[in-house]
Amino acid sequence: MQRLVSAENKPIAIALAFILVILLIGTGYTLSTTGTAPLLSPNYLLQQLQIGAFLGICAAGIMMVILLGHIDLSIPWTLTAAAMTATAIGGDLAVPTALAVGVAVGLVNGIGVAWLRIPSMIFTLGVDTVLRGLMVAQTGGFAPQDTATPLMVFLAKERLLGIPAAIFVWAAVSLAIVVILTRTGFGRAIYATGSREAAAYLSGIRTRWVIVGAFVVSGVCAAIAGILLAGYSAKAYQGMGNVYLLPAIAAVVLGGTHILGGRGRYVGTLIGVILIVLLNSVLSIMQMPEAGRQIIYGGVIIAMLLVYGRNQRVLS
Amino acid sequence: MSGKFLTRWLQQNLGFAAAILLLVVLYLVYNILHPRGFSSAVAIQNSNEAVAIVFVAMAQTLPVLLGGLDLSVGAVMTLTNCIASELLHGSPAQILLGMIVTLLSGTAFGLMNGCIVVYGRIQPIIATLATGAIAIGLALLVRPKPGGDVDEDLSWALTNAVADFAETYGIADDGQAWWLSPFADIPVPVILVVIVAALVWIPFRRSVTGRTVYAIGSAEGSAYMSGLPINRAKIAAFTLGGLLAACGGLYLAIQTSSGNADIQQAGAYTLNSIAAVVLGGTSLLGGSGGAIGSLVGALILRVISFYFRILDIDPLLQPLIEGVVLLTAVSFGAFRTLRVKNKLDLFR
Repeated sequence: MQRLVSAENKPIAIALAFILVILLIGTGYTLSTTGTAPLLSPNYLLQQLQIGAFLGICAAGIMMVILLGHIDLSIPWTLTAAAMTATAIGGDLAVPTALAVGVAVGLVNGIGVAWLRIPSMIFTLGVDTVLRGLMVAQTGGFAPQDTATPLMVFLAKERLLGIPAAIFVWAAVSLAIVVILTRTGFGRAIYATGSREAAAYLSGIRTRWVIVGAFVVSGVCAAIAGILLAGYSAKAYQGMGNVYLLPAIAAVVLGGTHILGGRGRYVGTLIGVILIVLLNSVLSIMQMPEAGRQIIYGGVIIAMLLVYGRNQRVLS
Repeated sequence: MSGKFLTRWLQQNLGFAAAILLLVVLYLVYNILHPRGFSSAVAIQNSNEAVAIVFVAMAQTLPVLLGGLDLSVGAVMTLTNCIASELLHGSPAQILLGMIVTLLSGTAFGLMNGCIVVYGRIQPIIATLATGAIAIGLALLVRPKPGGDVDEDLSWALTNAVADFAETYGIADDGQAWWLSPFADIPVPVILVVIVAALVWIPFRRSVTGRTVYAIGSAEGSAYMSGLPINRAKIAAFTLGGLLAACGGLYLAIQTSSGNADIQQAGAYTLNSIAAVVLGGTSLLGGSGGAIGSLVGALILRVISFYFRILDIDPLLQPLIEGVVLLTAVSFGAFRTLRVKNKLDLFR
């Protein structure tokens, strides 16, 4: 109990409690209208998690960057570019090519932020615009006709042992991130650099490479999400990644990661993603119009942060 | 003496000076290449299309000066755009009231942002991410489908030259008065922007509250210890941001005679406003720059897009060129790293 309420875990505990509240409200609603409780059936939850995997993988990547106190706004078109190249290349090389796209975008982002020292907010935004331009020039502004390879479709849609394969991919990505953050020098260096880069630099951490590394992880995660999403819809299309950027940032922050870097646990991000996915699904069960969804969505983020995301008061 | 002053001003405002130079060169070349360049008609069309992003970029400047970021400016602009599209018709008094309500609603939204940031102590970037969603939701409530009803006279008068404005409302001998002729060809939107900049931004910048905004961006702790009104300045910055975003939304409604609660459009305006602020020489770390710079930055972004119309460029390549230009322009900021003597200064 002592550990549950420690400062670092407080956001996680509260977010978890909020997930239960969402489930209760949703179930109460369905019980009163149709007399069934689809929200509590394992099958429905697995289906929601399968859709949540796309968001979860994006959030895992962007969390690495946020821990550094930077941000990666190039997620949407990195995802789309990876998906489009994967479907265009096709065959066995589709998945490796998409991952290579992610690595390349991450390298460009990292170099711009770490060496050129351009604020990540604006540099990644520029990279995003360039990627969009490249893809529009490449595809002519339409959804490309190429279809996803069987492997991509399998990863996104099929089930393994009764559980969607996408959840296994998400779990693998999560495991990799947790290992990186808690068991490797790179992970420690991310927290150190995010807390105070000058101090990290003076203690011998090659902070520039740490920044590049984090952006590469973010790019690769976006690419994986792109592969899955292209597999799920059987093809790539324009702007397929646009809806993932802001929810991913929100999920990371709701999970207790500090937006200025240096603090945060991956479990929190995981719970943040589940919270957002379930909130969305309950709102769609209630057939909430888009206007109400946006208002509730914003209100929930503000309310949760008011409970635990408050900064220290500046006193000196 | 004046040379010395100029040198020092240049050193302090290098980004702003470069932005002005870039804008002047870009716009001159544009007019030379344009078949009907240097004409009132071209200036009117260009200024009409630039006003909304100029106001939104100015709105974004204030939170950026604090060292924060307002991700809701595009959404607030969209919300006020939708509100204005509902209200701007009827008798002159009704129209005026509609304008005031529009501007006040944007201001109130900015005030709410400010209160959440100050009293809720939530990081501006994440707080406005959430309030931006709320603003879009409200905009969808106000206007579920694109459309609207805006007074035609108003729309015509405010989107043309000064002479047309006078003619529409029958002032100054229907725009024929001798004293009006020097200004007759100036586009009204240009005048609106200048008025807002002169009446809102410059007095604010000179006030204690305005100076405090700069001080907070440089060093919040020191500003607090010096007894500056931190909370008041932060709230004022966000409130003013809301007002300026509302100016953008109001003008967009007048220009297009409609309102559109488009999430994509709101996001594009927000992101472009950040780009414009950076292009205008305001530091994203806070404490230096100004709304006039953002005005110039926004104009640069717009002029670049004007080029696509007169140059024979494949439309499919346009987004790519826009992106490359943006990336190149912000990459010039990297020259700062060459001038830094102590490497530790690089790390914020």
